[in-house]
Amino acid sequence: MAGMYTTHMHLPRMVDMKEKVAEFWQEEASLSQPRKHTLQPIVTGTSVLGIKCRDGVVVAADTLGSYGSLARFRDISRLMKVNDSTIIGGFGDYADFQFIMKLLEQQTIDDNVVGDGVYRDAPSIHNWLRCVLYNRRSKMNPLWNTIVVAGRDFAGKPYLGYVDKIGVSFTDKSVATGFGSYIAQPMMRKAMEENPNMSVEEAKRLMERCLKVLFYRDCRSLNRFQIGVVTETESSISDPISAETDWSIGANPSGYE
Amino acid sequence: MAVLVDEGYQTHPTVQHRFFPYAQNGGTVVAVAGEDFSVVGCDTRLSEGYSILSRDVSKVRKMTKSGLLGCVGFHGDVLTLTKMLDAKMKQYKHTHGKDMSCEAMAQMLSSTLYYRRFFPYWVYNMVAGIDNNGKGCVFSYDPVGSYERETYRACGSASAIIQPLLDNQLGYKNQSNANPAPLTRDRVRTMVRDIFAAASERDIYTGDEVEISVIDANGIDTQRFPLRSD
Amino acid sequence: MYRNQYDNDVTVWSPQGRIHQIEYAMEAVKQGAATLGIKGKNHSVLVALKRASSDLSSHQKKVIPIDDHAGISIAGLTSDARILSRFMRTECLNHRYIYGSPLSISRLVSSVGDKAQTGTQIMGRRPYGVGLLVAGVDEAGPHIYYICPSSNFYECKCMAIGARSQSARTYLERHKDEFKEVEDLGELIAHALRALRDCLPNDNELTTKNVSVGYVGRDVEFTMKDDEDVEEYLKMIEGDEKKGGSGSADPEQGAEETMETQ
Repeated sequence: MAGMYTTHMHLPRMVDMKEKVAEFWQEEASLSQPRKHTLQPIVTGTSVLGIKCRDGVVVAADTLGSYGSLARFRDISRLMKVNDSTIIGGFGDYADFQFIMKLLEQQTIDDNVVGDGVYRDAPSIHNWLRCVLYNRRSKMNPLWNTIVVAGRDFAGKPYLGYVDKIGVSFTDKSVATGFGSYIAQPMMRKAMEENPNMSVEEAKRLMERCLKVLFYRDCRSLNRFQIGVVTETESSISDPISAETDWSIGANPSGYE
Repeated sequence: MAVLVDEGYQTHPTVQHRFFPYAQNGGTVVAVAGEDFSVVGCDTRLSEGYSILSRDVSKVRKMTKSGLLGCVGFHGDVLTLTKMLDAKMKQYKHTHGKDMSCEAMAQMLSSTLYYRRFFPYWVYNMVAGIDNNGKGCVFSYDPVGSYERETYRACGSASAIIQPLLDNQLGYKNQSNANPAPLTRDRVRTMVRDIFAAASERDIYTGDEVEISVIDANGIDTQRFPLRSD
Repeated sequence: MYRNQYDNDVTVWSPQGRIHQIEYAMEAVKQGAATLGIKGKNHSVLVALKRASSDLSSHQKKVIPIDDHAGISIAGLTSDARILSRFMRTECLNHRYIYGSPLSISRLVSSVGDKAQTGTQIMGRRPYGVGLLVAGVDEAGPHIYYICPSSNFYECKCMAIGARSQSARTYLERHKDEFKEVEDLGELIAHALRALRDCLPNDNELTTKNVSVGYVGRDVEFTMKDDEDVEEYLKMIEGDEKKGGSGSADPEQGAEETMETQ
């Protein structure tokens, strides 16, 4: 993660000159060597799913950090509670996602230090993340993530957003990243069409079903996942859970050997 | 994302992913200028590759009370560009105490695009509204800011399909017994609606819904119509 | 104001623990024409008296829009206010660019406070010679802030600053508990104008020429009214008895008007 992100406006306005000078020489020095950018993701997380319902938003992701095809880390959390109104989920490079989590954490601390009760709602966080990711892509040094922002706005309305590593962002009733956009997104769209007024509980069951199908089909997934829920009053992330699976059908097909 | 296939000596070819800072997110805008009105239509689909990212993304923005901006192409740049323009419009309003005219907005957009000449906003823009003389106006752009005032134009993923049709129907090109009648709001609106229905049959990056706005002295009237969702 | 040996620079303390340069800057506010702000249940309003520095010149602008959700009115050095308002506009614009939402009023005000403070501590600089009343609405509701040249800022139910503003403060103090229940924007503006009227010398009246009104609400963008547009508000207080009297108790009454302060 060479080249620190430098445009966060939330930091104290009085910029230390020493810091500026140090930054300048660091930039100068790095010109004499090849600059190192993220060219490919290393430890990766797979699909993140999100769905907006009547009384809240539900977001889900499994706990696997893959190293190529190796299931390297089996107990990492890809959901982060930013504050009582927002949860984000990260797809792609896990180191970059940790960096993003660090930025958000620092921002929340800075807001709390001021102590005037000001906090960021989900649309603000979504917008800010887009700025961060777009600025990094414009420096040709991307943060290799797609991020799902689940939460509510200041008025208490559910909010579900998506932003990828080049700054493409939108909001929708359901979003999915990576493999999930091929397998889970059609399931979620169909379910929402049949039940446009879904409750949080129904949405959670739908998530489990989608994650199970993803586990059957996506080789970079794990049957161990977390579900985050943002309601009108709070946001919480579940402990890792597993879906009931049935592989017995695997014994039946023949003739492919 | 570009895929490079290494053709050097190797027992099996390696596929290497390289970072590519743009995406083609599709979308089509059509704008027509009438005597004292103008019409803009834009679909609401957002795509990437063979996936539909969203079926409900509005790509037309209201810039002033008589000026609209439609932008399609790379959605990341669309968002950055429109935010930038919003800020500039507000600054203009603060310093001059009035909204920007369509002509001024058109020139400002051109400069904004050209500012990024060597790392362009990959966005196809269209400005439509009412000009200083109360006439309908349409300005169309290329991604680096060259622009021109026109009476009708299609841009975006289905532009190659739609533009010849507009040439024929509104420019009376290739008609032997052309009978140019003045355009009415209803005729243009119906035509734009039909054009989008037709384009969504042939272009996979156009569909879901079309948002049609009619701008005249009374303000902006926006309606949505369904299109193919597949 | 008497001169003494401790007022040559803003970095010099007097033995009494005062910084005279800052206090002089605060005097500049009292030379500007009066302006006041009130917050109601859903709105914040600003009203201001405009002065023309001569018969040949136009009335100076007193109310300045900052963003859709905020605006200021000023008393003191107009040119300093121009710089500060530009800074505030930039802050709001940047916040909208980054977060896509309006900057909260407390953050806006404290950023101005931070900026103004540097002028009170660095040799060779001077404090801003202008008092700002900030009216704005954010998630917490309507706000009125007063930013002083000393770079202190105060959140207020209502506040009046500028020449002869003591009379207005008297009115505001008498009614301060009513304002927070007022839902009707017109009623709030009427209160503000009644208070503002008390700042006028006996033989003067509020007219469409010398009054500016600005207001903002939870669902109302900041709007500025001048000239014939304030007529409807002036009509609302037409019949009312003028309460505050001559304002002769005002120690600032004798303050001189100059070209620069408004």
